[in-house]
Amino acid sequence: MSGLVLKDITKSFGSFKAVDTANLSVPHGKFVCLLGPSGCGKTTLLRMIAGLEDPSSGEILLDGTDITPVPTHKRNLGMVFQSLALFPHLSVGDNIAYPLRIRGASREDQKKRSDELLKLIHLSGFSDRPVAKLSGGQRQRVAIARALALSPKLFLLDEPLSALDAKLREAMQVELRQLQQRLGITTFVVTHDQREAMTMADLVVVMGHGKILQAAPPIEIYRKPADAFVADFIGMTNLLDATADRLGRVSVLGQAIPNLVMPEGLTKASVSIRPEDVHLGPVGGDAIAGTVTFVRDLGGTIETFVEAGGKTIVAVATPRERPEVVAGQQVGLILPAEACVVLKS
Amino acid sequence: MKQTFLRRLYFAAVALFLAAPLIVVAGVSVNEKQDLAFPPKGFSLAWYAQIFADPEWRKALIASLSLAVTAAALAVAIALPLAWFLWRRIAPWANVFQILGLAPFILPPVITALGMLTFWATTGFYGQPWTAVISHAIFFVTLPLVTLSLGFASIDRSLVEAAATMGADDRTVLKTVVLPLIRPYLVSGYAFAFVLSLNEYIVAYMTIGFTLETLPIKIFNALRYGYTPTMASVSVFFVAVAALVFGLIARFGDIRRLLGAMSSES
Amino acid sequence: MKREAPKSLADYSPLFFPGLMLIVFFVIPFSTMIAVSFFQRDPSGFYTPDFVFTNYARFLSLFFGKVLGFSLVLAVMVAICCVVIAFPFTFLLTKRPRKVQTIWLVCLLSVLSLSEVIIGFAWSTLFSRTAGITNLFVAIGLMKEPVALLPSFWAVLTGMVYQALPYTILVLYPALVRLDPTLLEAARTLGASPVRAFMNVVVPALRNTIVATLIMVFVFALGSYLLPQILGRPSHWTLSVLITDQAIYQSNMPFAAAMAVFLVLMSLALVGLTLLVGRRENAL
Repeated sequence: MSGLVLKDITKSFGSFKAVDTANLSVPHGKFVCLLGPSGCGKTTLLRMIAGLEDPSSGEILLDGTDITPVPTHKRNLGMVFQSLALFPHLSVGDNIAYPLRIRGASREDQKKRSDELLKLIHLSGFSDRPVAKLSGGQRQRVAIARALALSPKLFLLDEPLSALDAKLREAMQVELRQLQQRLGITTFVVTHDQREAMTMADLVVVMGHGKILQAAPPIEIYRKPADAFVADFIGMTNLLDATADRLGRVSVLGQAIPNLVMPEGLTKASVSIRPEDVHLGPVGGDAIAGTVTFVRDLGGTIETFVEAGGKTIVAVATPRERPEVVAGQQVGLILPAEACVVLKS
Repeated sequence: MKQTFLRRLYFAAVALFLAAPLIVVAGVSVNEKQDLAFPPKGFSLAWYAQIFADPEWRKALIASLSLAVTAAALAVAIALPLAWFLWRRIAPWANVFQILGLAPFILPPVITALGMLTFWATTGFYGQPWTAVISHAIFFVTLPLVTLSLGFASIDRSLVEAAATMGADDRTVLKTVVLPLIRPYLVSGYAFAFVLSLNEYIVAYMTIGFTLETLPIKIFNALRYGYTPTMASVSVFFVAVAALVFGLIARFGDIRRLLGAMSSES
Repeated sequence: MKREAPKSLADYSPLFFPGLMLIVFFVIPFSTMIAVSFFQRDPSGFYTPDFVFTNYARFLSLFFGKVLGFSLVLAVMVAICCVVIAFPFTFLLTKRPRKVQTIWLVCLLSVLSLSEVIIGFAWSTLFSRTAGITNLFVAIGLMKEPVALLPSFWAVLTGMVYQALPYTILVLYPALVRLDPTLLEAARTLGASPVRAFMNVVVPALRNTIVATLIMVFVFALGSYLLPQILGRPSHWTLSVLITDQAIYQSNMPFAAAMAVFLVLMSLALVGLTLLVGRRENAL
């Protein structure tokens, strides 16, 4: 098939498996985010795609051919490093023209292409500046332009935005996504920031302990996490122990949830419910009784912490649906069945 | 206030201690007559002209300069591939060569000198001028080896990886990334070896001492047979060369980093 | 370009030239010297191959014992003087602006690179009767008439401290410049005066560095071969001078080589000790 396919990729360092039988199939033109906590193997996986690490076993196929034995410099990649790796001895323009220069392109061609790219990243006229004289965001853009200079087949970025401050990072996320869509280039970004992944990706690949736990579009990852780890890592969630009652319904904190049936064969499970799906109401009926312990009013959202059966459950509301509760108040928690995800525990 | 004063006093005392003998030598070197007098009697720069005008001193100067220029070049030629290999490859046993490269400089110099003397005497090349070049190159290979190892260690490996992702093979990476970044360290390694070779006495003496006079050998020989102010002017000349070379390194490189302070700007 | 173990012969190629040079011109001469130390002296020329211990047996003489003892005492004194002067100096230097540091380092390097011949000559001039420091003392009325301060033990010691001081400072510099400044600040906020903070915090924190530096300077001072000759009397000669003397003027290579081997072993043992001390420091 066309696109990039990872087949049973494993990378061991001694007895430690940094990446453990990773399988993934990415069609052309997709924006993929490798997401996970530090040490989960996402950077190692990216470096194997780049050829900077050799897999211990498995194959990497690009348009059906195995590229595992191909050395990095013959893979036709563009890569942005966490440190950006801009050459300190070259000017901005020479950095961008580097891949053309080493292929023997003429001075004019180098200049033409680097000017083109500088325009693309809104840095026209910066060609002769030393790299050290640029701001963080400008350096970021130069590194991206350099990686794209040869219109590579694969565009790889290792935590590219981690050095930027929060505001600039958000702006760059949008810019990067728009650039990728314009060029239609298959892109892999390593990040530990789930918000960044949600902003940019067509496909989010969540990794933990060297394994690919789930690979799906962002909204699916958010709405239908494959397991408790993914649910907990992506956004805020309430993870609650659940049992099946006599009728086979899911029961949480001693209260059955209407219309939520325990999957066949399970007696115990976890229920994941997003804070924005938790509603507060009066005590009684199907609601779970609890006590408000803290209210965090952030202006844009209001987080209510409710203690019930020894667990703290967070409910998030917008100011319009202002719950009007205070700490110490008794409330009823309503968990709508359609918002609950039942996960094997 | 008091502390600042005490610190200044302390610094001044160290400075005076380091400078005093050189000041006296500089003073002696401008004596008008062949006197060993300080403060100098009269003023004359004739003794500086002597270094170049007197055939004996000029010969020694040329011998010293040729030795230092070639020995430093050879030392760099030995150190560069070694430092490159140690940085480029994972080969712990190759550190043996690094230790071999550091040893001559750490051990008392008389040992290297004697080793060279026995070696050249045994092989029958004793007294040939080129034996001093090789001996000095081995003796001072430590300096470029240390500066170059520091230089390689300062290269962010992701730069090399970045070059590879853009299509550069090993050779191209070496040519377009590694060598330009290593150049300041290469130059300072050469300069260190050059200045020290220029000043070196015992190894040169034990290898070519009886056939060729370098400036330090010439000064020592002159010292044993009495005093001539040219000795003083040559000494001042040496101090000036060393200060000039190290000053240039400081101006165009980062001497603090070379001497072990962490990084430069960051 | 991955950093990996070399596989093919071509991968090893950068090692060929340096390896060859270091083996042929360092390992072999060194081994030759060790071999010669067991050879028989030939009064007519150099030496004849043999395997005798007579050269080492000569170490047991009173004369050799005296030279060795003097060399060690002198080197110890030089090391102590240098570290006592250099340690506080280097510490204060690392607190100065970058530019001041750079200027000092350039000067120190210039003095360090000076030939022993020149240092010997300069100090012999400074200590001489006609151009020496005593003329200054006469001028300001401290002395009646100028005197020569050499040859003497103190002249040798001063010259060697002069030679080793820049070395000491440059050996101490990296450790002191990397010392965490908050250590000292913490002590100051707890009420210690600067001198007290220095003595109670900096000195103990760098105890191992100080020991290692003492040993390094000691080995460095052992290598001094010209200053004892220029500034001292024959009774002030050190092992290094004796080796030179035996090799060049007495043409007794085997004995010189035996002494050199002895000096190497002693230096190596001390350098090994330094590394051990350094490792302990890193482990902390």
